[in-house]
Amino acid sequence: MNRMRKMIGDLASTAVAVLIEILREIFDEAAYARFLRRSGMASSSEAYAAFRQEFDEAKARRPKCC
Amino acid sequence: MNKTLAILGWGTVALLGAVAVGTVAMQRGEPINALWLVAAATCCYALGYRFYSKFIAAKILALDGLRATPAERLENGRDFVVTNKWVLFGHHFAAIAGPGPLVGPVLAAQFGYLPGTMWVLAGAVFAGCVQDFVILLFSVRRDGKSLTAMAKDEIGPVGGFVAYVAVTAILIILLGVCALIVVNALKSSPWGTFTIAMTMPIALLMGVYLRRIRPGKVLEVSALGFVLVLAAIWGGQYVSQNPALARLFTFSAPTLAILIMVYGFAASALPVWLLLAPRDYLSTFVKLGTIALLGVGIVALHPTLHMPALTRFVDGTGPVFAGKIFPFAFITIACGAISGFHALISSGTTPKLIARETQTRMVGYGAMMCESAVAVMAIIAACVLQPGIYFAINSPAGVVGQSPAAAAATISGWGFPVTAADMQALAHAVGELTLYNRTGGAPAFAVGMAHIFSHSLGGETLMALWYHFALMFEALFILTVLDAGTRVARFMVQDALGHVYKPLGRTSWYPSILATSALIVAAWGYFLWQGVKDPLGGINSLWPLFGISNQLLATVALCVATTIIIKMHRAKYAVVTLVPLAWLVAVTFTASWHKIFDSNPRVGFLAQARVLAASPVPISSATVQLIFNNRLDAAVTGALVVMVTLVLVESLRQWMGILNGAKEARVKESPFVRTRLVEEQG
Repeated sequence: MNRMRKMIGDLASTAVAVLIEILREIFDEAAYARFLRRSGMASSSEAYAAFRQEFDEAKARRPKCC
Repeated sequence: MNKTLAILGWGTVALLGAVAVGTVAMQRGEPINALWLVAAATCCYALGYRFYSKFIAAKILALDGLRATPAERLENGRDFVVTNKWVLFGHHFAAIAGPGPLVGPVLAAQFGYLPGTMWVLAGAVFAGCVQDFVILLFSVRRDGKSLTAMAKDEIGPVGGFVAYVAVTAILIILLGVCALIVVNALKSSPWGTFTIAMTMPIALLMGVYLRRIRPGKVLEVSALGFVLVLAAIWGGQYVSQNPALARLFTFSAPTLAILIMVYGFAASALPVWLLLAPRDYLSTFVKLGTIALLGVGIVALHPTLHMPALTRFVDGTGPVFAGKIFPFAFITIACGAISGFHALISSGTTPKLIARETQTRMVGYGAMMCESAVAVMAIIAACVLQPGIYFAINSPAGVVGQSPAAAAATISGWGFPVTAADMQALAHAVGELTLYNRTGGAPAFAVGMAHIFSHSLGGETLMALWYHFALMFEALFILTVLDAGTRVARFMVQDALGHVYKPLGRTSWYPSILATSALIVAAWGYFLWQGVKDPLGGINSLWPLFGISNQLLATVALCVATTIIIKMHRAKYAVVTLVPLAWLVAVTFTASWHKIFDSNPRVGFLAQARVLAASPVPISSATVQLIFNNRLDAAVTGALVVMVTLVLVESLRQWMGILNGAKEARVKESPFVRTRLVEEQG
């Protein structure tokens, strides 16, 4: 019974973690984290402005479907 | 033992699917529960994914888990990034799910719930999912190349050129239609207009929060923005009840059209990222939340569909749009069944992020299945309405009459009873002055969604709030498609013009930005203006045009896919893409023929122009413009068909040459490089 409960708990926490990761990717938080890693910067207004400048040009070229 | 259990399990799914599809298809005379559609869809998707996509993956594409993808080989932390398959699935779905699967099925519901449901299920499993899957894999094997680049490499320069023109044309027509849907949803609606207007200061606030207060915390600020939007919806009722404020937010269709064109130009030409990026996030947040909520709502409340399986309008006399069930049901619903536009996403960002070839099946085939499920939800939302109400909302005044009494009498005369009092009560319940002639699909979807939710959450008292929530949700994310699409089209035109005069290709040169933005907005604005001024509501002409161009783009994508499959020496399996290709050719070419040459002026552009020109009274300048518009629409349709015919001919020459042995079957893939990532289950 305990094993079963643990398995369900593990599954649920994995599902939540995956959902959060999906949302972080869709909402570009993951892209920002990658940018910070790549540029060696800490999160700040300046870093976010630099990220947007780089990211928005590429994003503007991506079509969104109908 | 396991095998026996699997056979039993899948046998049960097949049996349940057969019963559900049979019930949906055979039920006549009695209202049907929405759960039958849900069951049919779930079983079809499960079987399609488990068996058909697996067959394609194993026998045709031979997915190779050991082959490094461009995300691994070319990883740069920006465009090429190895991404978790579930994360990428969500990303891909968010990119392909637009207003199309919500609007098309609502419009096609005029034929009844059956044609749309069957086309969405069969179209997705055998055509749309297949297209997205194979194009994604072929792009992965070519360093993430775009559809136009693959068409040029595999079919020839004609293929590349036509794909480019088709993409530009579809973008422009799509943007015009999207803008028209927003105009029709917001015209004379102070509540709806106020809510959408409020998203601008909310987005600016989000932008400041993101830049200054909590840099990069997009999810957090989107949730905050969502709460503020809900407050704006709540506040909208007070605006609509206050005569002075209501006047301020009440616009006619032409005024709204001009405002939207100004918005599109500003979004493309001016540095307004502080507004657009947060609005984009807010729109995505609302979109994903609402789709999830609608799915849960339909399953939990399992409403009854009041629309019959088939209506009398299968004969082509429909008021929402004219044209027989074949081919018009199949071009009206594109995105929920097969959409050429998806091929752009499958050969855009997604192939550059995928970690394993084996994951293309889940991302490409699976995400399209989810989009198809959204289309099923839209069919349900439209068909839970009483048919009389559905037709009163979606029929233009030019068809049903100008006054409420005339419209109610016309629609009741078709066998779908509705009274002017019913419509007045419904308009009052949702906080609108009128719901007549609200063509475009968005208001009908909003009423259907409000109908579903108000039966459980808050009852009739919250009907108006649910309606305006649904309207805001659609208008907000259509506007983001509009501003993103205008920018994408601008870049495409700048890229092309750069070959003629170099400075025009520079995306930072302001004269070029202003000129190309104006060009794109003028192009889609022309279609929008045409729709606004059309006595038949605009949707009647423009949605089929959009459907035809979208499906023609899918034809190009399937030509590319078939060519590659034949070059891979898998010709005996080419039916997998050839059958949907043949179907699309039949549908789009027949539809194009009708739209150009049909003698019924409600269907054929040229017939409509002839009727207008033959008017016994002196022709006004507005009529001259209508005549020109119809001839222009006919010319656009004809030009698209001619170009796609060229691609078909070029493709056929390639296939015949390869199969005869006259041409070398050489695929232009990137060389095999063994992956260094730890092997995981795809």
